[in-house]
Amino acid sequence: MSNRISERVADFLRRYPPFNELTPKDLSVLSEGVEILYREKGSYIFREGEAAHTFFYVVQRGAVDLRHAATGDMADICDEGDIFGLRPLMAGENYLLEARAREDSILYAIPIEAFRPYIQTYEEVGNFLIESFASNTRNPYAREYGGRLPGIPGSPAGPGSVTPFSEVLPIQSSKNLVSCTPDFPVKEVAALMTENNVGSVLVEAAGLPVGIITDKDLRNKVVSGQVPITAPASEIMTQPVITYPRKMTITQAQLAMMKNEIGHLCLTEDGTPDSPAVGIISKYDLMLALGNSPEVLMRAIKRTRKIKRLKPVRDRVTYLLRGYLENNIPMSITMKLIAELNDACIKRVIELCLKKQGPTPVAFAWLAMGSQGRSEQLLHTDQDNALVFEEVPADQLEDIRTYFLELAKLVNKGLKTIGYDYCPADMMASNPDWCKSLGEWKNTISKWVHNPGKEEVLLSSIFFDYNFTYGRKELVRELSDYIFSNVSKYPMFYYHLASGALQNPSPTGFFRQFLVEQDGMHKDFFDLKHRALMPLTDAARVLILSHQVRYINNTAERFEKLAELEPNNRELFLSCSYATKALLKFRTKQGLLHGDSGRFIALDTLTKEEKMKLKRTFKTIKELQELIAIRFKVSSLMV
Amino acid sequence: MKLFRKNPGSPAGDVAGKDVSEALFVVLDTETTGLDPLHDRILSIGVLKLQGGRIRVRESMELFIAQEHFDHRSVPIHGILKQGPNRRLPEREALEQFLGFCDGAILVGHHIGFDLEMLRRGLARHGMPEPGNPCLDTDLLYKATLLKSPLLNKKAHYSLDELAGRFDLSCKDRHTALGDAYLTAVAFLHILGLLAAKRPLTLKYLLRIGS
Repeated sequence: MSNRISERVADFLRRYPPFNELTPKDLSVLSEGVEILYREKGSYIFREGEAAHTFFYVVQRGAVDLRHAATGDMADICDEGDIFGLRPLMAGENYLLEARAREDSILYAIPIEAFRPYIQTYEEVGNFLIESFASNTRNPYAREYGGRLPGIPGSPAGPGSVTPFSEVLPIQSSKNLVSCTPDFPVKEVAALMTENNVGSVLVEAAGLPVGIITDKDLRNKVVSGQVPITAPASEIMTQPVITYPRKMTITQAQLAMMKNEIGHLCLTEDGTPDSPAVGIISKYDLMLALGNSPEVLMRAIKRTRKIKRLKPVRDRVTYLLRGYLENNIPMSITMKLIAELNDACIKRVIELCLKKQGPTPVAFAWLAMGSQGRSEQLLHTDQDNALVFEEVPADQLEDIRTYFLELAKLVNKGLKTIGYDYCPADMMASNPDWCKSLGEWKNTISKWVHNPGKEEVLLSSIFFDYNFTYGRKELVRELSDYIFSNVSKYPMFYYHLASGALQNPSPTGFFRQFLVEQDGMHKDFFDLKHRALMPLTDAARVLILSHQVRYINNTAERFEKLAELEPNNRELFLSCSYATKALLKFRTKQGLLHGDSGRFIALDTLTKEEKMKLKRTFKTIKELQELIAIRFKVSSLMV
Repeated sequence: MKLFRKNPGSPAGDVAGKDVSEALFVVLDTETTGLDPLHDRILSIGVLKLQGGRIRVRESMELFIAQEHFDHRSVPIHGILKQGPNRRLPEREALEQFLGFCDGAILVGHHIGFDLEMLRRGLARHGMPEPGNPCLDTDLLYKATLLKSPLLNKKAHYSLDELAGRFDLSCKDRHTALGDAYLTAVAFLHILGLLAAKRPLTLKYLLRIGS
């Protein structure tokens, strides 16, 4: 008998193919047999080679990774409404892929026996399945929104350059086709290219493509002096033109360029040089199409109108990050770029929420705190944020706070939607403790600075790394001024901050072995954040504050600044900066590998070289802590 | 919180020895005519079984009870009219079905104390035995997931709506017994995930913090 839960299941399923084809009655019967599964992030739904279950699965909430277990290659990511694990059931095979929850997920397990009759009775259901199996896509509609399909293992994947789904993505050729006639002077060709800001010009005769001139031709043939700039285009053009049909996928375009060793493809009406040209695809177009470019992502973020749509963009940011790490792009650049993109996402979320919430009663500023504030948040981690608004008369204070709390609630929820978990300690602007007027913040800061207990030091250490994200910047400037003038009046605060910085447990034991966690879920794991990164972050903060330097929040940059300010400690600070970047990179790589925050590391998975690298940074940490202990006269050296 | 007195000889006694992933949970919620256990009556009971992170839709039910006592003021909340479209069972029959359903399971509910109190009164009216099932309150469990921090002013109680907001759950069918039971079940699963991230999860620990 149907009940509220089966109705809920049916309500969900009817929104997605092929279930939308079923009559309400059949869908209702099907839904009664469903089992609802909750799978924690990282847990298996099935493994490669396992005998097929009697169910197939639909993702109701969360996401599921399908991978080739042996190679670790991602075959597909299933989102809400996607079906997986059906083909083995139909074919009577074992599972060819492994399925693991990418996030905490709720799945509907649908019994195949109950579903099978519909494949025959409903032509549309059968067609849907045939089409989706045949085209090797999970969902024939996928093409419309991103064209995901199982990646082909061993396909030419330059590290980081290929998103796994490029095989079916159609590529857009440049919109304005720049062309000239064969008798056009070379000098004019160059001017034409500059004017249109393109790297190639198509040479056409009688409306058909006969050659192509690229930057390279100009360099090799004209600038080198072989051909005068007065010569006609036909003398330097490359010919014949290699042409392709107008509809190409990214992968086809890539292969065509590789095969012919060229950087530009000419697309014609029917794919031969005997029909008119319709466009040109350059390597640059390819790069853009692959999304491997921060500019493109930035534009995508700014154009997004729905918070939910930002999530796929953020996933692409993660691909970009992976590419950067694999290509060994310097960590300082990586950090900056990714932080910019993350920042833009957050700004966009706030803008969208403001649109919903209506105009603000007074000016405000949104602050990112903690790792986000330090621009060190490369992976999705928790959100820590705060809000400060203008001074208002006492009788309006609570009304205005209520407005901002509501706004913050929307923003916090939006940030969660795009992948930032709620802060477990509720350090979020939707908490009244972190949503205050400027005057209230000043009071709070005075309290922290004047009575620095253990908690106050902890709070201020989180808060003082704040970074302006959105709103009126002056509010933040005033707050910073206040902090600096206060701290310089109460130098004792440095002492407390410094001893706080020395509280972190040391990374190595007496015999220079790694100290792993003794108990809890992460027993025998090494806590990279707590034992290695935090000592550096904390030390950088107290040192930079004591120099009254503001607007530098990033730990590595703080050390670089310190190296500049204290030439006698230059060596140490530079190696601290290096250590910070190395550790952060390490953490990010571990995080990408395991799909988590990368905080805990299983030591036995590290190579000897990696262990050596880690240990080298520890020596630096130890020296840094000694310096802090002496400078701020922290007597009990806890390192 | 053992509101149900232990019934010697009941198989529920050794439930606590099992592993969390194997244990059978019955998530329940009741809709009542009001909040006074003395005078108010149960209008419906929603129950579902949960084992190994799996809810079988077929093994969930919503029992509607024919009651003489009726309070118009609560109708806007639960939407159950005195003569509704659903088949009403006599209270005794509904309670018997409920007891049979929960056999050997750990009961889970949000602010389950109230539901249990209502059930206990109902059972007593019909001279029926009280089962000795261990019970878990998702409010208590949720509070155990929160950090101890000077910043976090823990509330004394968290409503089911607050939990739903926290875990981003749809509040469809809210204030129907089975709808709320389902919402509670999903929140319960999220909470187990959060707790497991802190320490290895045992039933003993769950029962210690959640009852």
